[in-house]
Amino acid sequence: MTEEKKEGQAGQGGGKPKVPRQGMPEQDPHVRARNFDEVTLGYTEEQALLEASRCLQCKKPFCTTGCPVGIDIKSFIGLIQSKDYLAALAKIKESSLLPAVCGRVCPQEMQCEKVCILSKKGDSVAIGRLERFVADFQAKHGGGQIPKAAAPTGKKIAIVGAGPSGLTAAFDLTVMGHKVTVFEALHKAGGVLVYGIPEFRLPKAIVEREVKVLEQMGVEIKLNYVIGKIKTIDQLMEEDGFDAVYICNGAGLPWFMGIPGENLNGVYSANEFLTRSNLMKAFQFPEFDTPIKRFKNVAVVGGGNVAMDAVRTALRLGADNAYIVYRRSQDELPARHEEVEHAMHEGVKFKLLTAPVKVLGNEQGWVKGLECIEMELGEPDDSGRRRPVAKPGSEFTLEVDAVVVSIGTSSNPLLFQTTPGLGQTKKGYIEVENEQTCRTTKKGVFAGGDIVTGSATVILAMGAGRSAAKNIDQYLKTGEWWSK
Amino acid sequence: MYEILKKTVWSAQEPRITEFVLNAPEIARAHKAGQFVIIIPRESGERIPLTIADKDAKAGTINILFQEVGASTMLLGSFKEGDKLMHVAGPLGKPTHVEKFGTVVCVGGGVGIAPVHPIAKAMKDAGNKVISILGARTKDLLIYEDLMRKASTEVRITTDDGSYVKKGFVTDELKQMIEVEKITVDLVVVIGPPIMMKFVCKVTEPHKIKTFASLNTIMVDGTGMCGACRVTVGGKTKFVCVDGPEFDGHEVDYDEMMARQRQYLPEEKQATDICRKKLCHSA
Ligand SMILES: Cc1cc2nc3c(=O)[nH]c(=O)nc-3n(C[C@H](O)[C@H](O)[C@H](O)COP(=O)(O)OP(=O)(O)OC[C@H]3O[C@@H](n4cnc5c(N)ncnc54)[C@H](O)[C@@H]3O)c2cc1C
Ligand SMILES: Cc1cc2nc3c(=O)[nH]c(=O)nc-3n(C[C@H](O)[C@H](O)[C@H](O)COP(=O)(O)OP(=O)(O)OC[C@H]3O[C@@H](n4cnc5c(N)ncnc54)[C@H](O)[C@@H]3O)c2cc1C
Ligand code: SF4
Ligand code: SF4
Ligand code: FES
Repeated sequence: MTEEKKEGQAGQGGGKPKVPRQGMPEQDPHVRARNFDEVTLGYTEEQALLEASRCLQCKKPFCTTGCPVGIDIKSFIGLIQSKDYLAALAKIKESSLLPAVCGRVCPQEMQCEKVCILSKKGDSVAIGRLERFVADFQAKHGGGQIPKAAAPTGKKIAIVGAGPSGLTAAFDLTVMGHKVTVFEALHKAGGVLVYGIPEFRLPKAIVEREVKVLEQMGVEIKLNYVIGKIKTIDQLMEEDGFDAVYICNGAGLPWFMGIPGENLNGVYSANEFLTRSNLMKAFQFPEFDTPIKRFKNVAVVGGGNVAMDAVRTALRLGADNAYIVYRRSQDELPARHEEVEHAMHEGVKFKLLTAPVKVLGNEQGWVKGLECIEMELGEPDDSGRRRPVAKPGSEFTLEVDAVVVSIGTSSNPLLFQTTPGLGQTKKGYIEVENEQTCRTTKKGVFAGGDIVTGSATVILAMGAGRSAAKNIDQYLKTGEWWSK
Repeated sequence: MYEILKKTVWSAQEPRITEFVLNAPEIARAHKAGQFVIIIPRESGERIPLTIADKDAKAGTINILFQEVGASTMLLGSFKEGDKLMHVAGPLGKPTHVEKFGTVVCVGGGVGIAPVHPIAKAMKDAGNKVISILGARTKDLLIYEDLMRKASTEVRITTDDGSYVKKGFVTDELKQMIEVEKITVDLVVVIGPPIMMKFVCKVTEPHKIKTFASLNTIMVDGTGMCGACRVTVGGKTKFVCVDGPEFDGHEVDYDEMMARQRQYLPEEKQATDICRKKLCHSA
């Protein structure tokens, strides 16, 4: 429980609050690097109470301004202080459908915890961990009720994609009394939460539980429905009588690097690697039928959450050496701090300021190495980060038998090809009036989540689902649309 | 859940060839020639891509036909009439480009005859003269002969061992048609093992005959999300499940495709051995 110790000490310094920020109990790094069980174990009630006691209950709580969906953080922590955990959960659920998920995967250090007043004096309140605590508490001890829907409005809404955005919109619209059908391409609901983020970071049972609640509320979830193939958006509206459609099908199309050797055996997109392991449970092959290779030396190219998930999965599948190959420096790693730290503790090797040049193959067409080049940071680019520039003559070969490409994703062209009138942005995402109204260029059709913003975060996708629900409800009442 | 309304065992010889008629009304309605489905037989199952070989939109049924080459298809073959398949997703992939080309030759090899069937049918309906060449290792493994006769203007058959009609390969027959009989061929559509598709393309290329090849790469999701199915076509990486499955056969890098298909051989063997030893045939 390394982190617990470290954080405990950090909080002891002069002028800091008396109770230190409570560390999160977690599996020993050496043990967990070889299993798929959840890494972090969650606060005990005692720890949660201690952590909650650190919150100053500010008159002007900044924390809420840092949360993309504006959770009333001060109030829910206040309710924890008075041990009313179910009320605390209810308070969170006024703004966020999936606290058990966000408490685990939100980049809190960039959001709510970044602006918590205590972060100025030392360590912010561990808001995410408290959020997780109340959600897990309810899951374990029961209580709470299935939310009730308003009287039926007679309106039907189709949602395309059962990721966090779609599930949130489905919840809100159902509460408003509309009849919601969610169409999902895969055989499980949850989107990235089930196919991308691994079990050791987000147990699938949590997602299943939330999906079940939606079904009990009357949401119909149709699996194996690839919209654009089995039915078009126009057919949903014209033939099946849906009054509005919310498209939230994510940004799932993986990018490859375009370097030589990328189609060799042993080169995967992170999506394939993670989908095999998570969605198809290939880490349990042959008990489950989908195979995955257990490579000895694996290079993962990229530095985001997806890359961290892939590299830590490779370790758990038995790799002796698992590398992150990232072209910028540690400060620019886009992954959550916690994930980077966990990966380091587990033994992932970071090849920073390094870019891949070529995948090398053997005669049988299998990967035998990744040729790389060292980089240095030059002038800032459009994103404000310093642009990496190759150092001539610094090429070297990393001896690996697999390469996982995790350099980002873009939008799947399917819906554009099959939906006349659906506008597309220059970057290939769905064009909307703005991210608040979620209205596309096609009347009655709304869009949000990663398919509008590009790959972002779970909480932003959920926030979009909530905005969409509000605007769909309004549209159903007024019939008003916008024009460009 | 998708009920198996009818099961036909085409060839009991291993690897067995089996056909199911599945109750899947919405897929049947949306299906167009050239498209496929992904089947997950049971909860712990794999996603298996299989072409829709026939359909009855009115009855709401689709036909799939598969050869039991490994653990997943053996497991699928153990299902009986009345059993239900856990998941069927589709139709997937782009439909075949169908128009009046003139004379279209449909080449089906082995179990590839089934996926070529709806294409032959659609080509004939579009006013083409359809000559089909069906190839099988031996007479017992020849499937869909009657259906192909209905879907074609003319049918030619080859067997590797000469046990039925003509001894030889489909490529021999195709060469004979083009080079000896001097038949003007406007389009060739080929489905079968990659090595066969490669050689069919080698026959048509010098004559500049447009050739569609339907590729059967390894797939996971089948919706464009993973890239497992990628192939090089004309020097560019394409995803077979969304950009295909049909491509200009002359542009496909078959050697790379064949290498990629062998990726999971040891794992497939492990699964098949386990399957043979215990459950598959009683699952
Ligand atoms: C490996 C990984 C790790 C991540 N880690 C984090 C993290 O730690 N913290 C964080 O905040 N964010 C993380 N993210 C990002 C986050 O998961 C996404 O921003 C979020 O899931 C987007 O939600 P969404 O609802 O817009 O889309 P998705 O979650 O992508 O869901 C879209 C759904 O639509 C379905 N679909 C697609 N096309 C169709 C169609 N034509 N018809 C029907 N259904 C369709 C898809 O199958 C999918 O289920 C991670 C992403 C990945 C890939
Ligand atoms: C778009 C598409 C349509 C298809 N349509 C049909 C169809 O109509 N009927 C049919 O029988 N098969 C079809 N296939 C192939 C079928 O999906 C595979 O035969 C099946 O997945 C093998 O699974 P398995 O676990 O039983 O065998 P495995 O144990 O995975 O493989 C056994 C053997 O088959 C080879 N193999 C594995 N996957 C494939 C593949 N995709 N294609 C060719 N050889 C493979 C392996 O190299 C191995 O030698 C199609 C594939 C695609 C991509
Ligand atoms: S949802 Fe995320 S950002 Fe909002 S309070 Fe919870 S952890 Fe913080
Ligand atoms: S800013 Fe920090 S201390 Fe203040 S109310 Fe919010 S969580 Fe509590
Ligand atoms: S099978 Fe995953 S992208 Fe084609």
